Amino acid sequence: MSMLNVGRPSRPEAAPGGGHQTLTGGRGLLQDEGLIFEMDGWDKTGVDLPEPDLGAEDLGDLIRQAPIGLPGLSEPEALRHYVRLSQKNHAIDLAIYPLGSCTMKHNPRLNEKMARLPGFADIHPLQPVSTAQGALELMETLAHWLKTLTGMPAVALSPKAGAHGELCGLLAIRAAHEARGDARKRVLVPTSAHGTNPATAAFVGYAVEEIAQTADGRVDVADLAAKLGPDVAAIMVTNPNTCGLFEREIVEIARLTHAAGAYFYCDGANFNAIVGKVRPADLGVDAMHINLHKTFSTPHGGGGPGAGPVVLSAELARFAPAPWVTHGPDGLGLSEHAEGEAGASFGRLCAFHGQMGMYVRALSYMMSHGSDGLRQVAEDAVLNANYVKARLSGVMTAPFDGPCMHEALFDDDWLEGTGVTTLDFAKAMIDEGFHPMTMYFPLVVHGAMLIEPTETESRAEIDRFCEALLALAAAAKAGEVDRFKAAPMCAPLRRLDETLAARKPRLRWRPPEPVLAAAE
Amino acid sequence: MRYLPLTAEDRARMLGVIGAPDIDALFADVPVSAQLSGPVDLPAHMGELEVERALSAMARRNRTAGEGPFFCGAGAYRHHVPASVDHIIQRSEFLTSYTPYQPEIAQGTLQYLYEFQTQVAALTGMEAANASMYDGSTAAAEAVMMAHRITRRPRAILSGGLHPHYAETIATLAHVAGVEIVRQAAAVDAEADVVSAIDGETACVVVQTPNVFGTASDVTAIADAAHAAGALLIVVTTEAVSLGLLKSPGEMGADIVAAEGQSIGAGLNFGGPYVGLFATREKFVRQMPGRLTGETVDADGRRGFVLTLSTREQHIRREKATSNICTNSGLCALAFTIHLSLLGETGLRRLAALNHARARRLAASLGEVPAVSVLTRRFFNEIAVGLPAPAAEVVETLAGQGVIAGVPFSRLAPDAGMDQVLLLAATETTTEGDIAVLTSALKGALA
Repeated sequence: MSMLNVGRPSRPEAAPGGGHQTLTGGRGLLQDEGLIFEMDGWDKTGVDLPEPDLGAEDLGDLIRQAPIGLPGLSEPEALRHYVRLSQKNHAIDLAIYPLGSCTMKHNPRLNEKMARLPGFADIHPLQPVSTAQGALELMETLAHWLKTLTGMPAVALSPKAGAHGELCGLLAIRAAHEARGDARKRVLVPTSAHGTNPATAAFVGYAVEEIAQTADGRVDVADLAAKLGPDVAAIMVTNPNTCGLFEREIVEIARLTHAAGAYFYCDGANFNAIVGKVRPADLGVDAMHINLHKTFSTPHGGGGPGAGPVVLSAELARFAPAPWVTHGPDGLGLSEHAEGEAGASFGRLCAFHGQMGMYVRALSYMMSHGSDGLRQVAEDAVLNANYVKARLSGVMTAPFDGPCMHEALFDDDWLEGTGVTTLDFAKAMIDEGFHPMTMYFPLVVHGAMLIEPTETESRAEIDRFCEALLALAAAAKAGEVDRFKAAPMCAPLRRLDETLAARKPRLRWRPPEPVLAAAE
Repeated sequence: MRYLPLTAEDRARMLGVIGAPDIDALFADVPVSAQLSGPVDLPAHMGELEVERALSAMARRNRTAGEGPFFCGAGAYRHHVPASVDHIIQRSEFLTSYTPYQPEIAQGTLQYLYEFQTQVAALTGMEAANASMYDGSTAAAEAVMMAHRITRRPRAILSGGLHPHYAETIATLAHVAGVEIVRQAAAVDAEADVVSAIDGETACVVVQTPNVFGTASDVTAIADAAHAAGALLIVVTTEAVSLGLLKSPGEMGADIVAAEGQSIGAGLNFGGPYVGLFATREKFVRQMPGRLTGETVDADGRRGFVLTLSTREQHIRREKATSNICTNSGLCALAFTIHLSLLGETGLRRLAALNHARARRLAASLGEVPAVSVLTRRFFNEIAVGLPAPAAEVVETLAGQGVIAGVPFSRLAPDAGMDQVLLLAATETTTEGDIAVLTSALKGALA
């Protein structure tokens, strides 16, 4: 979850110096790779299958007659195509990936191996539960770890990503209010929140109202108190917050919220900073999602799949979505329906039981670290972020004083007068071999640059990163504006015209228009 | 700890640079009352070997689909995925990257998403597709929300052939969005029954083909009836391979297609992660949920790809976004697009024909078992059969004999009064031997 920019698509302003142009478009190891639709593979296939022994005459006019329009590739062509594409991506395995709020930590390969055990990968969600006892045991074990780490009594495993977890939490909250006949109208969200928070609240039918922020980057408790009232269903607060700061008044925030009859939904995107050190239950949280792809290192995969289990207070637990694991005389079972004994459940969030493949990876990660290692994860993540903050603060300006948690936030004050923007600075980082930090988020800080190194970066890699940023900062201050405006020069592509993409959307490949013989 | 690079010496030096006496000083903002003094009550760290041993023990307690005769479908299908698919998706540059926020160094992801969108649009017969949803069920729920936004009408009609989990997922969102759901009674061949329920208040009709009982339908007449009343037609497909043999939803007049893409590229995985396919007409593109990749040029005029139309999305529009979705199913979309590129049109059509042929063999074989009736008349690779006994009991009995006979419909809908209906799927992985063993086991169990 991070932001591209302030919201308006950008386009390259100027293109000083196009760099070395090759004759073919290839550049050293980088091939100029076309689309699969441009490879003339309309009759090819890379999969050998036997001839069917029966026809489809029974389907009559249901049969698809017209060409579908799908090209095929033999296996060697497919490998080349995708490997060539892969080389145009930055990745954690290449270098630090400091996207604030995204927790781009190392993805242990043991977890991949475990998720691929046939006993997890080749089982069907609806095969008899008597034949899937190990799968249910894994879900129960994962639930136990999540409950213990958060101090919460219940967890709904099925949400498929962080935003889906937010949806789950707010649906449970809404069901709890409805069960009391107390329909409430508003949800309070700090200005610094992830965009998913207000979007989720609106999706669940609530009006969204913003809570102001104090000068030290935290929830304005007085403003919160003034806005709480009998029609407020919940507050949604990220802690540590999106400025990378722990909400010092969190216990008071929870107390005020509960006193107003509202629930405290915590966005757990930043749980990595406190895992094993602080239990959200001790802060007064009623519901919180945990991004397994952040804190517990299931791969981000170019944008998912993730998983967003939601821990719930005892009061909210009975509204949790189906399914959940049950214990019976014959072993473990699955309660898959919201009716009957589970009558208070708000229903079902998705088909089947959630992201099993992610559960296996996350549990493998947790067991590897153990309770001692997870505590060390939080400490090292916070240490690394503070080290970045300390090393860069002499040159770059931080909007808030004091130690940060797992991410270091800078603004663009220090760029004033240089002619270089946050966007330019980020693009110049690409030329130096680094993925930029999250830019222009949170919205409460001008030209924000949010750096989250995570605990899996070595001191040497962080030093290398900091030295690159310091060198760039010196170049910006020395008036080398072209270095920034032209950047990136060394990436597979230079700056892309997002304005053009949005104005005339081309969302799919189409065959080229036939060239008319009589073209004038 | 093998995943943590910092040494004790590093930590001490870094604290020195920061100017903090110890690590606790960095947690000073946390209320003392909430700080744990030591590790929580969970096991300590383990080596790879120990973790592998513990998890493998759990995995061994599951009966895998590959172990013997296996006929479960009902929204998740066992297909053979070429070895190269799993190899490619484990490349670091795909596995350990994230949402392509910086397009200059994410063209690999952006280009495959563009190819994915094009393939999904072609497969569904629609004009545009997004870069994936979580799964088929959440895609269906988002489709209903989208139809509600477009038509501003209050009601959605769900056919009795819609997968019950999908209907429940839609109902959950509809409840809070103020959309009234009319859910028709479950029936094997029920898609056309929705027509009589369409009126001027109808935002959309949701039909599934092949439906949860396996019935494949031509929904053209339903599309016509919906459009005549100003409503939209949403077509759900849970078996993407069927699109290689059956008329596409687009050809039949669908306005939105919400499909499960698991069959292509993803394994069974006990239900997830899967990949939702979402496609629509050009004129509705700005009402779509989820990420979209578009073509553009870079500063030197070279073709490239970017995320586009983001003003629909939560990170820009916040409470006015079309959906709250952010992270979706990128790596499963990659597996889907690789598998489909390997198949190509030739391979997909062959694969679909093969699935259909296997299901015909299955239906013919079960049709000869006394007291068993095949209920589905026109099917792709899945059928519903009527048994003379509760299906759940029969399935349990056969499981004891090493045969996973399918999904009792009562597991999906306990209150539908269809306890004796069993759903069975056959794919290219199903052998003649599997069908023979199932048939004879069923004869024995029902004798």
